[in-house]
Amino acid sequence: MKVQPLEFEKPIADLEKQLEELKKHSKMQTIDLEREIRAIEDKIQETLCEIYSDLNAWQRVQIARHTSRPFALDYLTLAFSDFVELHGDRLFGDDQAMPGGFATLAGKRCVVIAHQKGRDTKENIRRNFGSANPEGYRKALRLMRLAEKFRLPVISLIDTPGAYPGVGAEERHIAESIAVNLREMTLLQTCIVAVVIGEGGSGGALGIGLADRVLMFENAYYSVISPEGCAAILWKHRSHAPEAAEALKLTATHLKELNLIDQVIPEPAGGAHRDHNKAAANLKEALVTALSELEDKPLQVLLEERYEKYRQMGQVLEAAESDSKVASER
Amino acid sequence: MAVFPKPSLKLRTDKKREIPEGLWQKCPDCGEVIHNLELVQNLKVCPKCDYHFTLSARERISSLVEESSFEEFDGDMSSVDILNFKGVASYSERLKSYQERTGMLDAVITGFGQIEQHRVAVAAMDFNFLAATMGSVVGEKITRLIERGTSDRRPVIIVAASGGARMYEGMFSLMQMAKTSGALARHSETKLAYISVLTHPTTAGVMASFASLGDLIIAEPKCMIGFAGPRVIRETTHQDLPPAFQTAEFLRDHGLIDKIVHRKALRSTLTTLLSYLSVNC
Repeated sequence: MKVQPLEFEKPIADLEKQLEELKKHSKMQTIDLEREIRAIEDKIQETLCEIYSDLNAWQRVQIARHTSRPFALDYLTLAFSDFVELHGDRLFGDDQAMPGGFATLAGKRCVVIAHQKGRDTKENIRRNFGSANPEGYRKALRLMRLAEKFRLPVISLIDTPGAYPGVGAEERHIAESIAVNLREMTLLQTCIVAVVIGEGGSGGALGIGLADRVLMFENAYYSVISPEGCAAILWKHRSHAPEAAEALKLTATHLKELNLIDQVIPEPAGGAHRDHNKAAANLKEALVTALSELEDKPLQVLLEERYEKYRQMGQVLEAAESDSKVASER
Repeated sequence: MAVFPKPSLKLRTDKKREIPEGLWQKCPDCGEVIHNLELVQNLKVCPKCDYHFTLSARERISSLVEESSFEEFDGDMSSVDILNFKGVASYSERLKSYQERTGMLDAVITGFGQIEQHRVAVAAMDFNFLAATMGSVVGEKITRLIERGTSDRRPVIIVAASGGARMYEGMFSLMQMAKTSGALARHSETKLAYISVLTHPTTAGVMASFASLGDLIIAEPKCMIGFAGPRVIRETTHQDLPPAFQTAEFLRDHGLIDKIVHRKALRSTLTTLLSYLSVNC
C-alpha cells in the first residue's frame, strides 16, 4: 500500500523517491546498483528511526489520524481469527461506525467492540468517519451484556474523533448512551480490556473505554477535547492546535506517566501504518498478556480493582493539608 | 477682550442620573427591569415572563434545603494545576481570578441537607465558576457525596449546570466522568434513589455522565441541555437546527427527561418524588 507521507516525514519521502528512481534505473540499464540501493534503504530506516524517536504531541496526533493506519477491522483480521459480526442495537439501527461481535484471540473466545473509520470517502460515509451515534454505544452495551452472560472477555478497540455531533444523535440522546455505558461497564461482570489504536476522542472514546486495563498504541492519542477544539477556545484559533496538543498531555507516554493508562504498545519503526502485521502482532501480544492477568481474578476482586482504578484518578488540594502537600490520590 | 470668559454651556457628562449599580436587573428574555430584591424573593425568576436567571450554588442550596440543616462536605477542596497548563492564560491564574470573583473555591457545593422529612445528599453546581466545568475537584466532591449517600443510605440529588469537562486538567477531567458514573452505579445497585436536576446549561461531559443517570431527570424550563454544542453540530452537519433544539422542552418532547419543573415548584416536587423513592433509605 502506498503511504501518504506526513509533513514531517518529507525527508523519508524524498529518500523513497530516490530509491524508486534508482531501482527503475537499475532495471532499465542493467547496471548493478545493488550497493547504492542498499545504502539508500539503510538511510531510510535510519531517518525513519531518527524522526520517529523524537515526535512531538502534534505529530503523533497526525500519525494517529493517518488514513493508512490499521483500523479496527484490520486488527480483527490480522490479530484475531473467526470474527463473527453481530449487528444492531435492537432499538433503532445498526451503527457502522461501531462494529462488534465475536472473535478469537490466540484460541481465546472474546467479544470485540470497536470504532471503525473508512479509508476512502465512500467507506467514510458508511462509517461516519468513525463517529458513532447512540445506536453504536447501545449496540456495544448489548454485546457487553452478552459477554457478561456467557463469561467472555470484552475487548474494546478505540479509534474515534468523538461521538457524532448531529441532530439525530441529540434527539436519540447520545449523552445518555455514553453515560449508561460508563455506569454499566463499572459493574460488568466480566473482564474488559480497552485499547486506543488511533484517536481517543473524548467522551466518544470513553463510552466504550472504561476497562480493567487500558492500553494505548505508541502513536495514538487520547484527549478530553481535540487539539483543534481546545485551541479554538483557549487560543481563539484552531491554528494553535500544536500548542494545545502539547498542553493537553494527550500522548501515550504522557498518559502512562500520569497513570491514566496502564500500558503503551510499541509500534513498528515509522509507525503502525508502515507495517500492519507487526503492529497487529504487538497488539496481540499485549492483549494476550492483559487477558491472562485478568482471567483468573475472582470477580469480586476484578470489580473492586476496576472501581478503585477510576476512583483514584484526579488530583485535588485540601486545606487541611499543608500548602505544599498535594493530595495525590494516585 | 471680554472681561468675563465665555460661559460654557456644555452638559456635564460626569454626573449622569445614577442608577445604583446592581440594584436592578434587566430580564434578558422580556426586557423587564426588575428590582434585585424582588428577583431574589422570586428565586431569581422573572415575575413577568418566568425566565430563570442563573442561581449560584449557594443560592440553589438554600432554595432547596432547610438552611440550618445543611452540612457541607469538602468545602476546603480546591483544584491543582496538574498538567501545568499554559495556554493564553495559565490555569492557576484562571482559578485564582474565578475564586476571587465568585468567592467559591471551585464549581460545586456538596453536603447533606433536609428537604421536608427527607435527609438527602445534595450537590449544586455553580455556572459562574469557570462555566462549572468538571475537573478533579468537581468529580471528587460529587463522587464522595454519592459514596456517603450510599453508605448512609441517602437519596442523591444533583443540580447540574456545566459547560462540560475542564480541559485545563486534560484527561484527568475526562476520567471524572467514569469516576462519578461508577459511584452512581454502586449507589443504584443498593436501590437508592438519584434525582438529576438539569439547569441552564447542562452539556457535554457532565451530560454524558452523572447528569443523565438519574432514576428521575428533571429540568428547569427553557434550559439548554445537550451533548455537543449547537455551533459544532451546525459546522459538522451543515444542517439547520430544528426550532428550540436542545431545550428542556425539546428533550421532554423526545422522551428524554421525566419532567420540566418551575423553579418555585422544585422543592415541593422533589418532596413528592422522594416520598415515592424512599422505601430503601
